[in-house]
Amino acid sequence: MMEPMTAPDQAPSTSTRIARTVAITSGKGGVGKTFVSANLAAALTRQGLKVLVLDADLGLANLDVVLNLYPKITLHDVFTGKAELEEAILPAPGGFSVLLAGSGLVEYSRLTPEVRDQLTNIFESVKPRFDVILIDTGAGISDVVLYAVSMAHEVIVVATPEPTSMTDAYATIKVLSAQQGREQLHLVVNQVSRSGDGRAICNQLQQVVERFVQGPNGVSPRLTFLGDIPLDSSVREAVQKRQLLLELHPGSAAAQGVVQVATRLLART
Amino acid sequence: MSASAGAPAAAAGLRLETALSLLTQAGWPIPTDVQPGSDAWLQAVVDGLCELSSRDALTGLNNRRQFEAAIGREVDRVARVGEPALLLLADIDHFKRVNDTHGHAAGDIVIRSVADCLQDCVRPMDLVARVGGEEFAIILPNCPPAFGQAVAERIRQKVSLKSVAIVGGQELKVTVSIGGAFAPPWVRSSASLWSERADQQLYRAKSEGRNRTCLDMPPLTVVSAEEKGLLFAGLTQSDPIESSGNEDLVPKTPQ
Repeated sequence: MMEPMTAPDQAPSTSTRIARTVAITSGKGGVGKTFVSANLAAALTRQGLKVLVLDADLGLANLDVVLNLYPKITLHDVFTGKAELEEAILPAPGGFSVLLAGSGLVEYSRLTPEVRDQLTNIFESVKPRFDVILIDTGAGISDVVLYAVSMAHEVIVVATPEPTSMTDAYATIKVLSAQQGREQLHLVVNQVSRSGDGRAICNQLQQVVERFVQGPNGVSPRLTFLGDIPLDSSVREAVQKRQLLLELHPGSAAAQGVVQVATRLLART
Repeated sequence: MSASAGAPAAAAGLRLETALSLLTQAGWPIPTDVQPGSDAWLQAVVDGLCELSSRDALTGLNNRRQFEAAIGREVDRVARVGEPALLLLADIDHFKRVNDTHGHAAGDIVIRSVADCLQDCVRPMDLVARVGGEEFAIILPNCPPAFGQAVAERIRQKVSLKSVAIVGGQELKVTVSIGGAFAPPWVRSSASLWSERADQQLYRAKSEGRNRTCLDMPPLTVVSAEEKGLLFAGLTQSDPIESSGNEDLVPKTPQ
């Protein structure tokens, strides 16, 4: 059961800031979850917010690949006591900060109590320093992913119009409702062929959720549609050049889609 | 040295006697239609050696070295692609008895027979290896959890129904115990963690009486056909929605 520990606070640059925490998850891998996390962080930063992306894709981290970062110090070093947390928080292109898991964390792919405690401690200690913390979780619904999601106040589910992605997104929503009592989830639809397709997919998911999914309190989770991101050749170019789309092609349809997601996210409190 | 006049200089100084005799002994054809010592001939020798070093001499199955390379690749692939993959470990029951009663030659025949059986039971994409004396491993990529038990059972039954003819006109019946585990999708794991889980199931199959299959099943949440039907109703998809049976199974975390 998810217990929101703190109220989201969007006021930037106050000493009593407590970050609004948003987990980004997808069910299926390869739907552009990390692309969305990185560019959404950049879009939020442009709105004047202090943003941290926590890469909770323990062991399969590729935020560093997307951002072209070669960190010497990662969460792994913090976990093993080889470095201080401060040293692991890195500035990323786009003006936000990142906390990277690092690769090769085989032993953390299973959620041991130690990993759980370490993640929680790290998360609690960074919360007062940022306005928004995005948690880029791994794909699937493993216990690490579910735990990483459970740390966040809000959840964005990223899906594509592909049937397998929709099915996995639906399964994720089902599990988050059953296990965490989530009553509200955000949806971003990536790789749509036409703008507007995302809304239809959200409505479709909502219908099935209302009919088949009931949380512990008998409530069906409500999906809030944050926007869709069109299939756009500029996205592939940005990924290949390992740059943020918002920096490389800020005027592209996909970049505009991400900006809209940021705006809609901030409009919801 | 069989390199004749006109062979590339690179081949001239090589000592290939051992390699060639190994290949001859293993029955690997050394090409006769190309100039000995030529690049094409050397390539054929190297290919033969590579093949030889990945095969188990007794059964012709993949050997342990090949298995370890394959399982390492598969665990990484599953981590990123999320496709379910099953690892089965099969061990011949009471094999020591076969050796003690009928001799090691009979033991070898039994091992070969079981190897053939395993190879016959799987798809061409699956990898069957002999990883120990009487122990075999099978990697089944893209094997949905719903089918895992059926595959393992089919193998177990096929082995138990087969009669093995040994010297002296005698026929033996042997059985196998099979343990299996699925690679965790979307999660960075390791080949050793995966093997360990399959091995625990093999141990369970043995201790529960042998000639049986035990699988470590991933916890499942079911998205029913009805839910899927509704999910895709009214959506115009550019690509067709595949319907693969009654229900789709997706992983779920234990409660």
